[in-house]
Amino acid sequence: MILAELTITETAVIGLFVATIQFATLLFLAGLGETISERAGVLNLGVEGMMAIGAVFGFIGGVESGSPWVGLLVGTIAGGAIALLHATAAVALGADQVVSGLALTMLGLGLADFIGDDYTSDPRRALFAEVDIPGLSDIRIVGDVLFSASPVTYMAIVLGVIAWFVLNRTSIGLGLRAVGQSASTADAAGHSVVGMRMGAVVVGGALAGMSGAYLSTFVVGAWSVGVTAGRGWIAVALVIFGAWRPGRVAAGALLFGFTLALQSRLQPFGVNFSPILVSMLPYLLTVGVLVVISIRARNQPSPSPAGLGIPYRREER
Amino acid sequence: MSPAAVELDGIWKRFPGVIANAGASLTVRPGTVHAVLGENGAGKTTLMNCLAGVYLPDDGAIRIDGQEVRFSSPADALAAGIGMVHQEFRLVPTFTVAENVVLGAAPSILDMAAINREVAALAERFGFDADPERPVWQLSMGERQRVEILKALWRDARVLILDEPTAVLTPQEAVELGAVLRRMVEEDRAVIFISHKLDEVTSFCDEATVLRGGSTVAASIAIADVDAGQLAELMVGSSSAVKSLAPRVGVAGDVMLDVRKLTVTDSRGLTAVDALSLEVRSGEIVGIAGVAGNGQRALTDAIAGLETATSGSVTINGSDVTKAGTRERVDSGLAYIPEDRLGVGLAPKLPVTHNAVMRSYRTMRQGPLLSWDRAKAFCSDLISRFEVKVGRFDDPMASLSGGNLQRLLLGRELSGNPVVVVASQPTRGLDVAGVGAIQHLLVKQRDEGTGVLMISEDLDELLALADRILVMSEGRIVGEFDPRQASRAEIGEAMIGAHA
Repeated sequence: MILAELTITETAVIGLFVATIQFATLLFLAGLGETISERAGVLNLGVEGMMAIGAVFGFIGGVESGSPWVGLLVGTIAGGAIALLHATAAVALGADQVVSGLALTMLGLGLADFIGDDYTSDPRRALFAEVDIPGLSDIRIVGDVLFSASPVTYMAIVLGVIAWFVLNRTSIGLGLRAVGQSASTADAAGHSVVGMRMGAVVVGGALAGMSGAYLSTFVVGAWSVGVTAGRGWIAVALVIFGAWRPGRVAAGALLFGFTLALQSRLQPFGVNFSPILVSMLPYLLTVGVLVVISIRARNQPSPSPAGLGIPYRREER
Repeated sequence: MSPAAVELDGIWKRFPGVIANAGASLTVRPGTVHAVLGENGAGKTTLMNCLAGVYLPDDGAIRIDGQEVRFSSPADALAAGIGMVHQEFRLVPTFTVAENVVLGAAPSILDMAAINREVAALAERFGFDADPERPVWQLSMGERQRVEILKALWRDARVLILDEPTAVLTPQEAVELGAVLRRMVEEDRAVIFISHKLDEVTSFCDEATVLRGGSTVAASIAIADVDAGQLAELMVGSSSAVKSLAPRVGVAGDVMLDVRKLTVTDSRGLTAVDALSLEVRSGEIVGIAGVAGNGQRALTDAIAGLETATSGSVTINGSDVTKAGTRERVDSGLAYIPEDRLGVGLAPKLPVTHNAVMRSYRTMRQGPLLSWDRAKAFCSDLISRFEVKVGRFDDPMASLSGGNLQRLLLGRELSGNPVVVVASQPTRGLDVAGVGAIQHLLVKQRDEGTGVLMISEDLDELLALADRILVMSEGRIVGEFDPRQASRAEIGEAMIGAHA
């Protein structure tokens, strides 16, 4: 990377797109997790809280061990562990998913602040280094944006492909989608609704935790109160925007990531537009998608899992 | 002799307040279609649910091919080769036919192209016509039923239980189903066919077991040895219960309900009711026959004001109510017994009193407030006049049995002295006593000069009650019959005619 050869505008453009990829990775990991959970029929509004837990454990794990990989692992496990609360309350015990999810956000944020209290001004760092893809990373501008990212970005792509494959090309995925569409049907066909759903929620939480750890081991690189800054909520909106499909969620993550990257970079480009309005864009786009979905739903079933948000209890007489 | 494919021995199953099975027994030989007959509430479905692993029997033994088994879930029963097609289909609407068929029994990595081929081949083997790649939400009820049967066959079920399979079929589809079942038993499988339609039982079953009051009253009788009358007698206990109601004495009077070129578009943008015209006169029962899902619900909802008409008009007792709300229609003299009685007709969680006064609460005002004393008085009057059995008045509506729910609903609707009654499936799912009471009330109402529009999937009921039968198919009236002259076959043909 030889910055001297680039003009100032080019540097700013690269900066914008590099940040886009970073935010997209962050949103995609959490959004993918939420997609898996919602495809199994469980709405988890605790993404923001799980992300915060992932961020604080990711940072602590990273600086205490000296390795960002350990940080990422610890953050992922912590995210999955806290998601188990939602899985137990909302799936195993059949509590209201909205209430339980919101509680998880509040609990996660509070717990993260409490645990991370001693680490807020910790000068230590455990950061991922960019990985240059040999040959490709030397391409002018494109190389810097696409082929010189953190290993987590490449991992997110691989995880996305795996998730797509499992959902669409395996019997477990078929069962999981059936559980989300019609739990009684899946139950009668021999799939364990509770097991499937709890698994999906925990995997979803782990991915949200990984997303948070990525924040504290790369994007921001430190732990501070409020480091997640509402990005968990954008991930929830992203799932709807992406119509519950991993590929579209990835595309949406790029778009939403771009709006996040743009917020702090409007001024350098000399654009006089309120960054606050830009920060509203993801939600506006999501509402737009919801309208499109409901218009199309007159002729075909909604892409939203039919059993989303409905606790399952076996029929009893 | 080889062991029976299925042997249920002295099955007991109790639910709170109800004994569904009291020592019922059933023996089914492989290679036969075995009918399980009985009236609503005779315990047929419960017994089959015990066999299919849905319920665990309280007492009694289940033996499959001579081996005693104990199923704790439907999946256990499936693994032992018992497949059941329930009345409410267990299908994922957004999945394709093939995805539904293999759900729960798929290879771990899905090669959909290969699965589609295998499902198509399986369908062909049993004489079905099924496109494995079509999403289930696009299929008719008859086609969905085939997907359910394919599900069981995909798992190589040795015993297939069908719970009232022909309720959702056209007469033609029912005949086709019979052919499929014959092909299954040729492969030495066993089919258990739950029904209360005697003509189907006699046309494609080999043996029959009759249940009454939760126990077996006749086991494995050969169909060839009995006639429909004998079976009916076994089912109801005495032949007198099968009675035909007296035809009307008076003459039809003025037009009370006039539907002109009514078109209704459903939520999916499809035409549910297509330029349909009909009239109901004072003092007559007009029956609408037809296979479920041919626009009956959209028609009754449009008459009641729950669905908006795209074009055409609805006139009740001379006043045009096409654009009127539901209250105005009620005030014009309409009574509506919706198909979905515990949902549209009654509020399941509200107390009995609230439900009872829902139509006429405006007459119970005390200043700006509702007089609960008068509401309770009204409710208790309704309950005694229509013989509704309730616990306490503030029990939730849903705690009542089907027959009592319907009596209260009918009582509430009829107590407003309506000029037109629109009753959709008013007797579906009720026991014999309930059916009789509801039918009697409708006939009485007719004799008092009310016009009654009755939608039923039970052709026998329409033949017994209606003064005129209109056949509805694909949103249109495709034929009119005089029940005293028309035959079941003629009407059945009209029901499916428009499909051809």
